[in-house]
Amino acid sequence: MARTRFPADLGLSSRMLLTMFLLGLLYVVFIGALVAILGTRSLPLVLLIAGGFLFFQYFFSDRIALFAMRGQEVSPQQAPELHQMIDRLCALADMPKPRVAVSDSDIPNAFATGRNQKHAVVCVTTGILRRLSEPELEAVLSHELSHVAHRDVAVMTIASFLGILAGMVVRYSFYAGAFGGGGWGRSNDNRDNTGLVILLVVVASAVVYALSFLLTRALSRYRELSADRAGAILIGRPSTLASALVKVSGEMARIPTRDLRAAEPLNAFFFAPALAQGFSFSSLFHTHPPLERRLEQLAKLEAQLGRQA
Amino acid sequence: MRFLDALLGRSKPKQPKLDALFGVTAAAITLEASAGLKPTGQAAVCFKPASGQGFAAASEELRGVLDLAVQEAGSTLRVEDDRYGYRWVVLGDPELEDLVTAVHMVNATLEQHGFGPQLLCSVFGFAEAGGSGRRCHLVYLYKRGSFYPFAPLQGERRDNELELQVRGALGSDLPIEPELARWFALWGIPL
Repeated sequence: MARTRFPADLGLSSRMLLTMFLLGLLYVVFIGALVAILGTRSLPLVLLIAGGFLFFQYFFSDRIALFAMRGQEVSPQQAPELHQMIDRLCALADMPKPRVAVSDSDIPNAFATGRNQKHAVVCVTTGILRRLSEPELEAVLSHELSHVAHRDVAVMTIASFLGILAGMVVRYSFYAGAFGGGGWGRSNDNRDNTGLVILLVVVASAVVYALSFLLTRALSRYRELSADRAGAILIGRPSTLASALVKVSGEMARIPTRDLRAAEPLNAFFFAPALAQGFSFSSLFHTHPPLERRLEQLAKLEAQLGRQA
Repeated sequence: MRFLDALLGRSKPKQPKLDALFGVTAAAITLEASAGLKPTGQAAVCFKPASGQGFAAASEELRGVLDLAVQEAGSTLRVEDDRYGYRWVVLGDPELEDLVTAVHMVNATLEQHGFGPQLLCSVFGFAEAGGSGRRCHLVYLYKRGSFYPFAPLQGERRDNELELQVRGALGSDLPIEPELARWFALWGIPL
Protein backbone atom coordinates (compact mmCIF):
# COMPACT_ATOMS: atom_id res chain seq x y z
CA MET A 1 0.00 0.00 0.00
CA ALA A 2 1.38 3.34 -1.00
CA ARG A 3 2.07 5.67 1.85
CA THR A 4 1.55 9.36 2.02
CA ARG A 5 3.30 11.62 4.45
CA PHE A 6 0.51 14.14 4.66
CA PRO A 7 -2.67 13.34 6.61
CA ALA A 8 -5.82 14.99 5.29
CA ASP A 9 -6.61 18.38 6.77
CA LEU A 10 -10.09 17.64 8.08
CA GLY A 11 -10.48 21.04 9.72
CA LEU A 12 -10.02 22.89 6.45
CA SER A 13 -12.34 20.54 4.54
CA SER A 14 -15.12 20.82 7.12
CA ARG A 15 -14.90 24.62 7.34
CA MET A 16 -15.15 24.80 3.58
CA LEU A 17 -18.10 22.42 3.53
CA LEU A 18 -19.89 24.51 6.16
CA THR A 19 -19.34 27.69 4.15
CA MET A 20 -20.72 26.04 1.03
CA PHE A 21 -23.68 24.72 2.97
CA LEU A 22 -24.49 28.19 4.30
CA LEU A 23 -24.22 29.63 0.79
CA GLY A 24 -26.58 26.99 -0.54
CA LEU A 25 -28.99 27.58 2.31
CA LEU A 26 -28.96 31.31 1.66
CA TYR A 27 -29.60 30.59 -2.00
CA VAL A 28 -32.65 28.45 -1.31
CA VAL A 29 -34.08 30.88 1.25
CA PHE A 30 -33.61 33.82 -1.11
CA ILE A 31 -35.31 32.15 -4.05
CA GLY A 32 -38.11 31.07 -1.71
CA ALA A 33 -38.53 34.61 -0.42
CA LEU A 34 -38.62 35.99 -3.98
CA VAL A 35 -41.34 33.55 -4.92
CA ALA A 36 -43.29 34.38 -1.77
CA ILE A 37 -43.08 38.15 -2.22
CA LEU A 38 -43.32 38.53 -5.98
CA GLY A 39 -45.21 35.51 -7.09
CA THR A 40 -43.75 33.17 -9.65
CA ARG A 41 -44.37 35.24 -12.75
CA SER A 42 -41.40 37.60 -12.83
CA LEU A 43 -38.98 35.08 -11.44
CA PRO A 44 -38.06 33.32 -14.71
CA LEU A 45 -36.85 36.59 -16.21
CA VAL A 46 -34.57 37.36 -13.26
CA LEU A 47 -33.21 33.85 -13.25
CA LEU A 48 -32.65 33.95 -16.98
CA ILE A 49 -30.65 37.15 -16.87
CA ALA A 50 -28.61 36.07 -13.86
CA GLY A 51 -28.11 32.69 -15.50
CA GLY A 52 -26.83 34.47 -18.58
CA PHE A 53 -24.24 36.27 -16.50
CA LEU A 54 -23.21 33.03 -14.91
CA PHE A 55 -22.94 31.31 -18.27
CA PHE A 56 -20.86 34.15 -19.69
CA GLN A 57 -18.46 34.18 -16.76
CA TYR A 58 -18.22 30.43 -16.67
CA PHE A 59 -17.43 29.94 -20.33
CA PHE A 60 -15.31 32.99 -20.97
CA SER A 61 -13.46 33.22 -17.66
CA ASP A 62 -10.13 32.46 -19.32
CA ARG A 63 -10.51 35.08 -22.03
CA ILE A 64 -11.94 37.71 -19.67
CA ALA A 65 -9.12 37.34 -17.20
CA LEU A 66 -6.40 37.26 -19.85
CA PHE A 67 -7.86 40.34 -21.52
CA ALA A 68 -8.17 42.23 -18.24
CA MET A 69 -4.60 41.43 -17.23
CA ARG A 70 -3.32 41.93 -20.80
CA GLY A 71 -1.86 38.45 -20.73
CA GLN A 72 -0.25 37.17 -23.91
CA GLU A 73 -0.10 33.48 -24.55
CA VAL A 74 3.47 32.32 -25.04
CA SER A 75 4.77 29.34 -26.99
CA PRO A 76 7.48 26.94 -25.76
CA GLN A 77 9.91 28.72 -28.10
CA GLN A 78 9.19 32.12 -26.56
CA ALA A 79 9.43 31.03 -22.93
CA PRO A 80 11.22 27.67 -22.87
CA GLU A 81 12.05 27.66 -19.16
CA LEU A 82 8.55 28.54 -18.03
CA HIS A 83 7.16 25.82 -20.26
CA GLN A 84 9.65 23.24 -19.01
CA MET A 85 8.76 24.04 -15.42
CA ILE A 86 5.04 23.66 -16.08
CA ASP A 87 5.60 20.52 -18.20
CA ARG A 88 7.32 18.83 -15.31
CA LEU A 89 4.87 19.97 -12.67
CA CYS A 90 2.00 18.66 -14.80
CA ALA A 91 3.75 15.30 -15.23
CA LEU A 92 4.32 15.20 -11.48
CA ALA A 93 0.69 15.98 -10.71
CA ASP A 94 -0.73 13.99 -13.64
CA MET A 95 -2.79 16.74 -15.17
CA PRO A 96 -3.08 18.05 -18.73
CA LYS A 97 -0.86 21.00 -19.45
CA PRO A 98 -2.64 24.36 -19.31
CA ARG A 99 -1.92 27.18 -21.72
CA VAL A 100 0.81 29.51 -20.54
CA ALA A 101 0.61 33.27 -20.67
CA VAL A 102 2.78 36.19 -19.62
CA SER A 103 1.44 39.59 -18.69
CA ASP A 104 3.69 42.62 -19.11
CA SER A 105 3.16 44.19 -15.72
CA ASP A 106 5.49 45.09 -12.89
CA ILE A 107 3.09 43.91 -10.19
CA PRO A 108 4.47 40.58 -8.99
CA ASN A 109 1.54 38.27 -9.50
CA ALA A 110 0.33 35.07 -11.08
CA PHE A 111 -3.11 33.68 -11.70
CA ALA A 112 -4.87 30.64 -13.04
CA THR A 113 -8.19 30.71 -14.80
CA GLY A 114 -10.44 28.64 -17.04
CA ARG A 115 -13.49 26.57 -16.23
CA ASN A 116 -11.80 23.16 -16.34
CA GLN A 117 -8.43 21.55 -16.83
CA LYS A 118 -8.75 21.52 -20.60
CA HIS A 119 -9.45 25.25 -20.85
CA ALA A 120 -7.08 26.36 -18.13
CA VAL A 121 -4.58 29.18 -18.52
CA VAL A 122 -1.77 29.96 -16.14
CA CYS A 123 -0.51 33.51 -16.38
CA VAL A 124 2.49 35.12 -14.70
CA THR A 125 3.53 38.76 -14.81
CA THR A 126 6.97 39.87 -15.88
CA GLY A 127 7.24 41.41 -12.40
CA ILE A 128 7.09 38.03 -10.71
CA LEU A 129 9.47 36.48 -13.24
CA ARG A 130 12.01 39.16 -12.40
CA ARG A 131 11.70 39.02 -8.63
CA LEU A 132 11.48 35.34 -7.75
CA SER A 133 14.20 32.73 -7.95
CA GLU A 134 13.51 29.64 -10.06
CA PRO A 135 12.47 27.37 -7.17
CA GLU A 136 10.17 30.09 -5.85
CA LEU A 137 8.59 30.60 -9.24
CA GLU A 138 8.04 26.87 -9.46
CA ALA A 139 6.30 26.94 -6.07
CA VAL A 140 4.01 29.74 -7.24
CA LEU A 141 3.22 27.78 -10.41
CA SER A 142 2.37 24.66 -8.43
CA HIS A 143 0.01 26.78 -6.29
CA GLU A 144 -1.70 27.99 -9.47
CA LEU A 145 -1.87 24.49 -10.94
CA SER A 146 -3.59 23.36 -7.74
CA HIS A 147 -6.27 25.99 -8.37
CA VAL A 148 -6.76 24.39 -11.78
CA ALA A 149 -6.90 20.88 -10.31
CA HIS A 150 -9.46 22.01 -7.72
CA ARG A 151 -11.58 23.66 -10.43
CA ASP A 152 -11.69 26.79 -8.36
CA VAL A 153 -12.92 29.05 -11.13
CA ALA A 154 -16.00 26.88 -11.64
CA VAL A 155 -16.66 26.56 -7.92
CA MET A 156 -16.32 30.27 -7.25
CA THR A 157 -18.34 31.34 -10.29
CA ILE A 158 -21.22 29.18 -9.18
CA ALA A 159 -20.82 30.28 -5.57
CA SER A 160 -20.96 33.95 -6.53
CA PHE A 161 -24.05 33.41 -8.67
CA LEU A 162 -26.29 34.28 -5.72
CA GLY A 163 -24.48 37.58 -5.28
CA ILE A 164 -25.12 38.48 -8.91
CA LEU A 165 -28.76 37.54 -8.61
CA ALA A 166 -29.32 39.56 -5.45
CA GLY A 167 -27.51 42.55 -6.87
CA MET A 168 -29.62 42.43 -10.00
CA VAL A 169 -32.83 42.31 -8.03
CA VAL A 170 -31.79 45.43 -6.10
CA ARG A 171 -31.06 47.31 -9.30
CA TYR A 172 -34.10 46.14 -11.13
CA SER A 173 -36.33 47.05 -8.21
CA PHE A 174 -34.93 50.55 -8.17
CA TYR A 175 -35.72 50.99 -11.85
CA ALA A 176 -39.15 49.50 -11.35
CA GLY A 177 -39.72 51.91 -8.47
CA ALA A 178 -38.43 54.92 -10.40
CA PHE A 179 -40.53 54.29 -13.49
CA GLY A 180 -43.90 54.10 -11.85
CA GLY A 181 -43.74 50.77 -10.10
CA GLY A 182 -45.85 47.86 -11.03
CA GLY A 183 -43.00 46.42 -13.02
CA TRP A 184 -42.85 43.45 -10.75
CA GLY A 185 -45.31 41.06 -12.21
CA ARG A 186 -48.16 40.93 -9.79
CA SER A 187 -50.68 43.27 -11.31
CA ASN A 188 -52.42 44.88 -8.42
CA ASP A 189 -54.73 47.76 -8.05
CA ASN A 190 -53.20 48.92 -4.82
CA ARG A 191 -50.23 51.27 -5.46
CA ASP A 192 -49.16 51.51 -1.82
CA ASN A 193 -48.93 47.79 -1.58
CA THR A 194 -46.61 47.69 -4.60
CA GLY A 195 -44.29 50.22 -3.01
CA LEU A 196 -44.06 48.10 0.10
CA VAL A 197 -43.32 44.97 -1.88
CA ILE A 198 -40.51 46.68 -3.76
CA LEU A 199 -39.02 48.00 -0.53
CA LEU A 200 -39.16 44.54 0.96
CA VAL A 201 -37.45 43.03 -2.06
CA VAL A 202 -34.71 45.65 -2.01
CA VAL A 203 -34.03 45.14 1.68
CA ALA A 204 -34.05 41.34 1.40
CA SER A 205 -31.77 41.42 -1.65
CA ALA A 206 -29.34 43.83 -0.03
CA VAL A 207 -29.08 41.58 3.02
CA VAL A 208 -28.61 38.51 0.84
CA TYR A 209 -25.99 40.32 -1.21
CA ALA A 210 -24.02 41.29 1.88
CA LEU A 211 -24.19 37.78 3.32
CA SER A 212 -23.27 36.06 0.08
CA PHE A 213 -20.41 38.50 -0.38
CA LEU A 214 -18.96 37.58 2.98
CA LEU A 215 -19.48 33.87 2.41
CA THR A 216 -17.87 33.84 -1.03
CA ARG A 217 -14.90 35.72 0.39
CA ALA A 218 -14.59 33.16 3.17
CA LEU A 219 -14.87 30.34 0.64
CA SER A 220 -12.21 31.98 -1.50
CA ARG A 221 -9.85 32.14 1.46
CA TYR A 222 -10.31 28.45 2.18
CA ARG A 223 -9.63 27.64 -1.45
CA GLU A 224 -6.43 29.66 -1.30
CA LEU A 225 -5.30 27.68 1.73
CA SER A 226 -6.15 24.45 -0.08
CA ALA A 227 -4.13 25.52 -3.10
CA ASP A 228 -1.19 26.47 -0.88
CA ARG A 229 -1.36 23.08 0.76
CA ALA A 230 -1.65 21.06 -2.45
CA GLY A 231 1.00 23.15 -4.19
CA ALA A 232 3.48 22.76 -1.36
CA ILE A 233 2.87 19.01 -1.22
CA LEU A 234 3.32 18.69 -4.98
CA ILE A 235 6.84 20.08 -5.00
CA GLY A 236 7.59 18.69 -1.55
CA ARG A 237 8.96 22.03 -0.41
CA PRO A 238 6.55 24.06 1.71
CA SER A 239 9.23 26.53 2.76
CA THR A 240 9.95 27.54 -0.84
CA LEU A 241 6.32 28.53 -1.30
CA ALA A 242 6.46 30.39 2.02
CA SER A 243 9.49 32.38 0.91
CA ALA A 244 7.81 33.22 -2.40
CA LEU A 245 4.76 34.43 -0.46
CA VAL A 246 6.82 36.62 1.83
CA LYS A 247 8.73 38.09 -1.10
CA VAL A 248 5.64 38.84 -3.16
CA SER A 249 3.71 40.28 -0.21
CA GLY A 250 6.61 42.52 0.70
CA GLU A 251 6.80 43.76 -2.87
CA MET A 252 3.08 44.26 -3.03
CA ALA A 253 3.14 46.60 -0.04
CA ARG A 254 5.68 48.79 -1.79
CA ILE A 255 3.78 49.11 -5.06
CA PRO A 256 2.60 52.67 -5.65
CA THR A 257 -1.15 53.13 -5.26
CA ARG A 258 -1.52 54.20 -8.87
CA ASP A 259 -0.91 50.65 -10.01
CA LEU A 260 -3.46 49.25 -7.63
CA ARG A 261 -6.04 51.76 -8.74
CA ALA A 262 -5.37 50.89 -12.34
CA ALA A 263 -6.21 47.29 -11.52
CA GLU A 264 -9.38 48.21 -9.69
CA PRO A 265 -11.84 49.03 -12.50
CA LEU A 266 -11.69 45.37 -13.37
CA ASN A 267 -13.45 44.54 -10.13
CA ALA A 268 -16.05 47.20 -10.64
CA PHE A 269 -16.70 46.22 -14.21
CA PHE A 270 -17.74 42.71 -13.37
CA PHE A 271 -20.53 42.79 -10.96
CA ALA A 272 -19.60 39.64 -9.13
CA PRO A 273 -16.36 39.87 -7.17
CA ALA A 274 -13.46 39.70 -9.57
CA LEU A 275 -12.25 36.52 -7.94
CA ALA A 276 -14.67 34.61 -10.13
CA GLN A 277 -12.56 35.38 -13.18
CA GLY A 278 -9.29 34.05 -12.00
CA PHE A 279 -7.22 33.19 -9.02
CA SER A 280 -4.51 35.64 -8.53
CA PHE A 281 -1.69 34.81 -6.26
CA SER A 282 -1.64 37.85 -4.05
CA SER A 283 -3.97 40.60 -5.16
CA LEU A 284 -7.30 41.46 -3.52
CA PHE A 285 -6.28 40.95 0.04
CA HIS A 286 -9.68 40.11 1.37
CA THR A 287 -10.11 37.18 -0.94
CA HIS A 288 -6.85 35.80 0.40
CA PRO A 289 -6.13 34.65 3.92
CA PRO A 290 -3.67 36.73 5.91
CA LEU A 291 -0.03 35.99 5.24
CA GLU A 292 0.51 34.68 8.79
CA ARG A 293 -2.23 32.10 8.36
CA ARG A 294 -0.72 30.88 5.10
CA LEU A 295 2.80 30.73 6.50
CA GLU A 296 1.59 28.89 9.57
CA GLN A 297 0.01 26.19 7.43
CA LEU A 298 3.17 25.81 5.36
CA ALA A 299 5.29 25.56 8.50
CA LYS A 300 3.07 22.73 9.69
CA LEU A 301 3.55 20.88 6.40
CA GLU A 302 7.28 21.39 6.62
CA ALA A 303 7.23 19.81 10.08
CA GLN A 304 5.35 16.81 8.70
CA LEU A 305 8.04 16.42 6.05
CA GLY A 306 10.77 16.66 8.67
CA ARG A 307 9.58 13.63 10.61
CA GLN A 308 11.81 10.63 10.20
CA ALA A 309 10.09 7.70 8.58
CA MET B 1 -14.92 10.84 -4.96
CA ARG B 2 -13.00 12.89 -7.51
CA PHE B 3 -15.88 15.33 -7.67
CA LEU B 4 -15.95 15.67 -3.89
CA ASP B 5 -12.19 16.13 -3.74
CA ALA B 6 -12.36 18.93 -6.29
CA LEU B 7 -15.29 20.52 -4.48
CA LEU B 8 -13.42 20.48 -1.19
CA GLY B 9 -10.13 21.45 -2.78
CA ARG B 10 -8.21 18.51 -1.40
CA SER B 11 -6.48 16.85 -4.32
CA LYS B 12 -4.29 14.03 -3.11
CA PRO B 13 -0.72 13.53 -4.25
CA LYS B 14 -0.73 11.07 -7.12
CA GLN B 15 0.98 7.78 -6.34
CA PRO B 16 3.30 6.33 -9.00
CA LYS B 17 2.39 3.28 -11.07
CA LEU B 18 5.27 0.87 -11.31
CA ASP B 19 3.87 -2.20 -13.07
CA ALA B 20 4.52 -1.35 -16.71
CA LEU B 21 8.18 -0.56 -16.10
CA PHE B 22 9.32 -4.17 -16.50
CA GLY B 23 7.98 -4.28 -20.05
CA VAL B 24 11.06 -2.39 -21.23
CA THR B 25 13.19 -5.51 -21.62
CA ALA B 26 10.74 -7.13 -24.01
CA ALA B 27 10.20 -3.86 -25.85
CA ALA B 28 13.93 -3.50 -26.46
CA ILE B 29 13.88 -6.62 -28.63
CA THR B 30 11.02 -5.29 -30.72
CA LEU B 31 12.69 -1.90 -30.99
CA GLU B 32 15.89 -3.38 -32.36
CA ALA B 33 14.08 -5.59 -34.84
CA SER B 34 11.69 -2.97 -36.22
CA ALA B 35 13.42 0.39 -35.74
CA GLY B 36 17.11 -0.54 -35.47
CA LEU B 37 17.42 1.06 -32.04
CA LYS B 38 19.67 -0.54 -29.42
CA PRO B 39 19.92 0.16 -25.70
CA THR B 40 22.82 2.51 -24.94
CA GLY B 41 23.39 0.86 -21.57
CA GLN B 42 22.23 3.92 -19.66
CA ALA B 43 19.10 4.66 -17.71
CA ALA B 44 18.07 7.34 -15.26
CA VAL B 45 15.43 8.00 -12.66
CA CYS B 46 14.26 11.56 -12.14
CA PHE B 47 12.54 12.77 -8.99
CA LYS B 48 11.87 15.99 -7.14
CA PRO B 49 13.79 16.09 -3.86
CA ALA B 50 11.61 17.18 -0.94
CA SER B 51 12.85 19.31 1.91
CA GLY B 52 13.32 18.17 5.48
CA GLN B 53 15.04 15.43 7.40
CA GLY B 54 12.54 12.78 6.28
CA PHE B 55 13.72 12.99 2.71
CA ALA B 56 17.38 13.34 3.69
CA ALA B 57 17.12 10.05 5.58
CA ALA B 58 15.40 8.38 2.61
CA SER B 59 18.13 9.65 0.25
CA GLU B 60 20.83 8.29 2.48
CA GLU B 61 19.23 4.89 2.60
CA LEU B 62 18.70 4.98 -1.16
CA ARG B 63 22.37 5.76 -1.71
CA GLY B 64 23.41 2.84 0.48
CA VAL B 65 21.09 0.37 -1.22
CA LEU B 66 22.14 1.54 -4.68
CA ASP B 67 25.86 1.43 -3.96
CA LEU B 68 25.52 -2.14 -2.84
CA ALA B 69 23.43 -3.19 -5.85
CA VAL B 70 25.72 -1.41 -8.30
CA GLN B 71 28.77 -3.11 -6.85
CA GLU B 72 27.11 -6.48 -7.10
CA ALA B 73 26.01 -6.07 -10.71
CA GLY B 74 29.16 -4.27 -11.79
CA SER B 75 27.36 -1.18 -13.09
CA THR B 76 28.09 2.50 -12.70
CA LEU B 77 26.17 5.16 -10.84
CA ARG B 78 26.16 8.94 -10.61
CA VAL B 79 23.75 11.49 -9.18
CA GLU B 80 23.10 14.88 -10.77
CA ASP B 81 20.82 17.80 -9.98
CA ASP B 82 19.47 19.63 -12.99
CA ARG B 83 18.68 23.33 -13.31
CA TYR B 84 14.99 22.81 -12.60
CA GLY B 85 15.67 21.36 -9.18
CA TYR B 86 15.12 17.70 -10.06
CA ARG B 87 17.54 14.95 -9.10
CA TRP B 88 18.73 12.37 -11.62
CA VAL B 89 20.14 9.02 -10.63
CA VAL B 90 22.01 7.88 -13.75
CA LEU B 91 22.85 4.21 -14.02
CA GLY B 92 25.13 2.49 -16.51
CA ASP B 93 25.11 -1.21 -17.30
CA PRO B 94 25.33 -3.15 -20.56
CA GLU B 95 22.53 -5.45 -19.37
CA LEU B 96 19.14 -3.80 -19.76
CA GLU B 97 17.66 -6.13 -17.18
CA ASP B 98 20.09 -4.94 -14.51
CA LEU B 99 19.19 -1.36 -15.36
CA VAL B 100 15.49 -2.01 -14.93
CA THR B 101 16.12 -3.70 -11.59
CA ALA B 102 18.23 -0.78 -10.38
CA VAL B 103 15.60 1.72 -11.53
CA HIS B 104 12.97 -0.20 -9.68
CA MET B 105 15.10 -0.15 -6.56
CA VAL B 106 15.04 3.66 -6.60
CA ASN B 107 11.25 3.64 -6.97
CA ALA B 108 10.71 1.11 -4.23
CA THR B 109 12.96 2.88 -1.74
CA LEU B 110 11.33 6.25 -2.30
CA GLU B 111 7.85 4.78 -2.13
CA GLN B 112 8.65 2.94 1.06
CA HIS B 113 9.47 6.25 2.72
CA GLY B 114 6.28 7.87 1.51
CA PHE B 115 7.96 9.86 -1.26
CA GLY B 116 6.36 7.99 -4.17
CA PRO B 117 4.61 11.16 -5.39
CA GLN B 118 8.00 12.83 -5.89
CA LEU B 119 8.87 10.47 -8.79
CA LEU B 120 8.70 12.25 -12.15
CA CYS B 121 9.93 9.85 -14.82
CA SER B 122 12.60 7.38 -15.73
CA VAL B 123 14.48 7.35 -19.00
CA PHE B 124 16.03 4.43 -20.86
CA GLY B 125 18.62 5.37 -23.47
CA PHE B 126 18.30 3.96 -26.99
CA ALA B 127 20.35 4.85 -30.06
CA GLU B 128 20.49 3.77 -33.66
CA ALA B 129 22.97 1.00 -34.29
CA GLY B 130 25.78 1.74 -36.73
CA GLY B 131 26.98 5.05 -35.26
CA SER B 132 24.59 7.41 -37.04
CA GLY B 133 24.14 9.12 -33.68
CA ARG B 134 20.37 9.21 -33.81
CA ARG B 135 19.05 8.79 -30.30
CA CYS B 136 15.58 7.97 -29.10
CA HIS B 137 15.01 7.58 -25.38
CA LEU B 138 12.09 5.79 -23.84
CA VAL B 139 10.56 7.88 -21.08
CA TYR B 140 8.35 6.27 -18.44
CA LEU B 141 5.80 8.58 -16.81
CA TYR B 142 5.25 7.32 -13.27
CA LYS B 143 1.93 9.02 -12.69
CA ARG B 144 0.44 7.82 -15.96
CA GLY B 145 2.02 4.41 -16.05
CA SER B 146 2.84 4.93 -19.72
CA PHE B 147 5.83 5.36 -22.00
CA TYR B 148 6.69 7.82 -24.73
CA PRO B 149 9.67 8.20 -27.07
CA PHE B 150 11.85 11.28 -26.90
CA ALA B 151 14.36 11.83 -29.71
CA PRO B 152 16.38 15.00 -29.11
CA LEU B 153 18.20 16.72 -31.98
CA GLN B 154 20.71 19.56 -31.98
CA GLY B 155 19.39 22.92 -30.80
CA GLU B 156 16.43 21.76 -28.71
CA ARG B 157 14.48 20.21 -31.55
CA ARG B 158 12.86 16.80 -31.61
CA ASP B 159 12.94 14.14 -34.29
CA ASN B 160 9.18 13.68 -34.44
CA GLU B 161 9.40 11.25 -37.33
CA LEU B 162 11.55 8.83 -35.38
CA GLU B 163 9.34 9.25 -32.31
CA LEU B 164 6.20 8.37 -34.22
CA GLN B 165 7.97 5.46 -35.85
CA VAL B 166 8.88 4.14 -32.39
CA ARG B 167 5.32 4.62 -31.23
CA GLY B 168 4.13 2.50 -34.12
CA ALA B 169 6.68 -0.19 -33.43
CA LEU B 170 5.95 -0.45 -29.71
CA GLY B 171 2.20 -0.05 -29.76
CA SER B 172 1.52 -3.63 -28.77
CA ASP B 173 4.47 -4.14 -26.39
CA LEU B 174 4.19 -1.18 -24.07
CA PRO B 175 1.43 1.16 -22.90
CA ILE B 176 2.27 4.23 -25.01
CA GLU B 177 1.01 7.59 -23.74
CA PRO B 178 -1.96 8.35 -26.01
CA GLU B 179 -2.02 12.13 -25.46
CA LEU B 180 0.78 13.66 -27.52
CA ALA B 181 0.58 16.81 -25.41
CA ARG B 182 2.01 14.85 -22.50
CA TRP B 183 5.15 13.82 -24.38
CA PHE B 184 7.05 16.61 -22.74
CA ALA B 185 10.60 17.41 -23.77
CA LEU B 186 13.49 16.73 -21.42
CA TRP B 187 16.27 19.00 -22.63
CA GLY B 188 19.74 18.56 -21.25
CA ILE B 189 19.15 15.20 -19.62
CA PRO B 190 22.33 13.67 -18.28
CA LEU B 191 22.17 10.55 -20.44
